[in-house]
Amino acid sequence: MKISREDVLRVAELAYLDLGEAELETYRAQIDEILEYIGKLNELDTSKVEPMAQVLADEQTADATLREDLVVPCAVADDVLAHAPDPEPPYFRVPKVIER
Amino acid sequence: MTTNWTISTVREAIAAKKASAREIAAEHYKRIAARNPEINAFLTLCEKRAYAQADRVDAMVAAGKPLPPLAGVPLAIKDTISTRGVRTTCSSKILDNYIPPYDATAVIRLEAAGAVILGKTNCDEFAMGSSTENSAYGPVKNPVALDCVPGGSSGGSAAAVAADLAVAALGTDTGGSIRQPGAMCGIPAMMGSYGRVSRYGLIAFASSLDRIGPLAHNVADVAKVLQIIAGRDPNDSTSTTAPVEDYAEGLAKPVKRMKIGIPKEYFGAGMDAGVRDKVEAGIALLRKLGCELMDIHLPHTDYAIATYYIIATAEASSNLARYDGVRFGPRVEGDSLIATYRKTRGAGFGAEVKRRIVLGTYVLSAGYYDAYYLKGQKVRALIAQDFREAFQKVDVIVTPTSPVPAFKLGERVNDPLQMYLADIYTVTGSLAGLPGISVPCGRIGGKLPVGLQVFGPAFGEVKVLQLAHAFEQAGGAAL
Repeated sequence: MKISREDVLRVAELAYLDLGEAELETYRAQIDEILEYIGKLNELDTSKVEPMAQVLADEQTADATLREDLVVPCAVADDVLAHAPDPEPPYFRVPKVIER
Repeated sequence: MTTNWTISTVREAIAAKKASAREIAAEHYKRIAARNPEINAFLTLCEKRAYAQADRVDAMVAAGKPLPPLAGVPLAIKDTISTRGVRTTCSSKILDNYIPPYDATAVIRLEAAGAVILGKTNCDEFAMGSSTENSAYGPVKNPVALDCVPGGSSGGSAAAVAADLAVAALGTDTGGSIRQPGAMCGIPAMMGSYGRVSRYGLIAFASSLDRIGPLAHNVADVAKVLQIIAGRDPNDSTSTTAPVEDYAEGLAKPVKRMKIGIPKEYFGAGMDAGVRDKVEAGIALLRKLGCELMDIHLPHTDYAIATYYIIATAEASSNLARYDGVRFGPRVEGDSLIATYRKTRGAGFGAEVKRRIVLGTYVLSAGYYDAYYLKGQKVRALIAQDFREAFQKVDVIVTPTSPVPAFKLGERVNDPLQMYLADIYTVTGSLAGLPGISVPCGRIGGKLPVGLQVFGPAFGEVKVLQLAHAFEQAGGAAL
């Protein structure tokens, strides 16, 4: 077994994800099978391989430099707040974070 | 009116005043009203926006102005792509009521070119899936065979085009999500090179893989849509300034003596016999066209699915952290902020998304990062290297798009690994950042479509389109 019930609980905690009891066991078993499959990567010796951390080669990104930092109008606050679950313009309201 | 509109027939009809853009849009809405309840390709329609755009095109005609390249062409947009003022859900309950305050760059460019956006198409939730069965709004049915899936994740876009509910569509491809549904619905479908099309406004799934691309009735139309959306966008730092070639001009070039690599690794076990027959007939057709075929090896192909499901889920777990019930989507209130996040996410995401968030968080977590994520990045480098070496010898690479034709609805939903393996021939090009197209290559038993996939080197879109076009013109779809 690659992944235990405790592992799934720990990871769900990290991901802020509530999982029901039935989901927990279903996902554990399915992810276990997937990790088992992923294990085939260990057949390859990659000790001398540089990880591919980006897709575009240097010559393709060299000219794609950062754009100029210009201030442009962005009057979307009303639109954004209009569809928020609990707006209090100009803020989003959330449950209490700090206990007094 | 015509049943099978294409970009050129729409433009010609409008220019000759045989039909107005408004009439053509209305005709498509009529078809959608008749057909969509059954196939579920569209989630949201935006008639007001579409007719306003159609009227602008008709006003240009009335004023005798030159028509832009996509004047009056009715398009469908996958629901992972932001449309200002038009509900955009990613087929997820967690974005059930989300109305984007801005348009994706691809959408802005299409409308500037005269296109009429009809609505938003169904897909697997956050584009995670290969059958469009992972939608919170019900599965899409394949218009070619109603008991089968349309492929995925861009199944709604593929079905909309295949059922003539739109002339072309935008999809998104992370591991095969444009090409595989294109193959299963019997239409051409393409992703350009990584960096070719701006992703600004694409709701992120896996940022080192996600791409936007077109699905249409023929390769020329695919090229026309790609032409409009390709090119540098200051709002997406991963879009490159590499010049955009003239794709229409490229289509006309002869393919005689084009060097085509056939990788042995794409014809192994697990391949449906019907798919094999059609793809072999497709390869024979390419030989008849005078192409030079050669066997090549892409030795790390067999590791692509494992690599993909590390990289894609890791990136997804990070990208999907933003869905917390604070700024958009429904909220499930808990007794603390953290409890609110947990409950909102637990209730808002569907099973496949949760499974991938758990897997992705796991492969990135302390103690497992090196064994999984770093290992995945290294094998990804090997897969990309395989292709670079192959393209020293050949112009393009030809493979099947999918090992299987459209499968029955419900057949694979309970077995995620089997579902993942449907992407075995498409994920390689995704990992390597290459352009790829799926073009129709006959139908098994005259019914289920098969796709032939063409990969080119990075920014080799012209060669890919050129070969796909020649194959189509030579009767590839009727094999």
